[in-house]
Amino acid sequence: MRSSAHSPAGETLDAAARGLTVRIPSLLHSYTAGARTVRLPAHATLDEALHDLDARFPGLRFRVVDEQGAIRPHIKMFVDGALARRLDTLVHNAAELMIVGALSGG
Amino acid sequence: MATRKSSTSAAPSRTTLLIATRKGLWTLNGDASRRSWKLTGPHFLGHIVHHAIADPRDSRTLLAAARTGHLGPTIFRSTDRGRTWKEAAQPPAFEPGSGRTVDHSFWLTPGHATEPGVWYAGTSPQGLFRSADGGATWVGVKGFNEHPQRKAWCGGDQDGTPDGPKLHSILVDPRDARHLYIGMSSGGVFESTDSGADWAPLNKGVKALFLPEPDPPFGHDPHCVRLHPRDPNRLYQQNHCGIYRIDRPAERWTDIGAAMPKSVGPIGFPMVLHPRDPDTLWVFPMDGSDVWPRISPAGKPAVYRSVNGGKTWQRQATGLPKAQAWWTVKRQAMTADRAPTVGVYFGTTSGEIWGSRDEGRSWKCLTQHLPHVYAIECA
Repeated sequence: MRSSAHSPAGETLDAAARGLTVRIPSLLHSYTAGARTVRLPAHATLDEALHDLDARFPGLRFRVVDEQGAIRPHIKMFVDGALARRLDTLVHNAAELMIVGALSGG
Repeated sequence: MATRKSSTSAAPSRTTLLIATRKGLWTLNGDASRRSWKLTGPHFLGHIVHHAIADPRDSRTLLAAARTGHLGPTIFRSTDRGRTWKEAAQPPAFEPGSGRTVDHSFWLTPGHATEPGVWYAGTSPQGLFRSADGGATWVGVKGFNEHPQRKAWCGGDQDGTPDGPKLHSILVDPRDARHLYIGMSSGGVFESTDSGADWAPLNKGVKALFLPEPDPPFGHDPHCVRLHPRDPNRLYQQNHCGIYRIDRPAERWTDIGAAMPKSVGPIGFPMVLHPRDPDTLWVFPMDGSDVWPRISPAGKPAVYRSVNGGKTWQRQATGLPKAQAWWTVKRQAMTADRAPTVGVYFGTTSGEIWGSRDEGRSWKCLTQHLPHVYAIECA
């Protein structure tokens, strides 16, 4: 069993150690060479995590985030199951980011 | 960056049509006689491809403007005639902090012959972008995007046509790379003589029946504007309110739609010019009456051709359905080849490609069952 200790900011060392698992929707598999999950190191915010993802898979971020920093209308992002509507959402304690193509027209 | 391999490569010696649709990109390859055609594709299946066009300066570069229902807008580039594609590293996007977002890139235009690698893109909402590296990276043309009058010219980003206001018909004067025209729905036709640093409206004489002023300086709705490559002083436009011609340096457009039959009217989306004869052009009328059905008038599709600059028009419907055909043709979905006897082609909202080997005198359906066709171009 792994031990867990709190940092001064309340962050668990476990969280920082395990990083962030990003679940990639089929929409974006052309960027990740088919990978359905991507492991990232821990990041403070969703914005930082998406920049890291874009550095690994260039072009991915602009397909899901517009030039004004808003998540695109038919893209949903869930941080440990909670819907994130803004890029400044904290992810430093999160284990999973799930990117989803939401319902969008015919 | 997404890189894709394709089986839709186009042989350079054949007549090839690039077909951009609401669900992907196809190519239609004709034999030398243009009698036999073979469809290949799809590529970018599921992508909304608004425009795909070949670079006439190098015969190998293709660009395609695409997005999906979920994913934001981008540009795909091929430098081997469609065998492989690579995504633009920096697609058209407005400046951060401007508050504006590109919904989709709508129109692509290769730059001047003396500027290899230069391309222009028009977006929805109205934005003008330029690439100097063959479409790999795009930057906004500040002289337009940040022009102090831009909002007055275009209205808000929520105004305009049902699927978003658009900047289209980017025209480069073959005599002068700095001389540009653009069309905007809505906004009107604008001209720049300094590579896009400044712009001036060019709409005198054009009706805008949806505006309260009788002859407003801007705010019009040109659907498609064409400049003749052999006589660059001559421009035509298929407008929301008619068909027009201008011979620069004149500042006022001449109404050439009034000569169309009253039962058909002068409304439509596309317009195609003869590659060599500035007096010959084709339009595809649609029903713009009462609630604007936007289908072929009376369900009887027909092309209309003028061989005298719009003084008179001839109906060209031989081979087309005679009744109960309720499709129409979008503004980018009609084109012509450069053969001695020009081939004219159009794609329909019902997914058919029609072609004529004899300048519109007779028509044949080249393929069917494609998705809604947004654009076709000869490659």
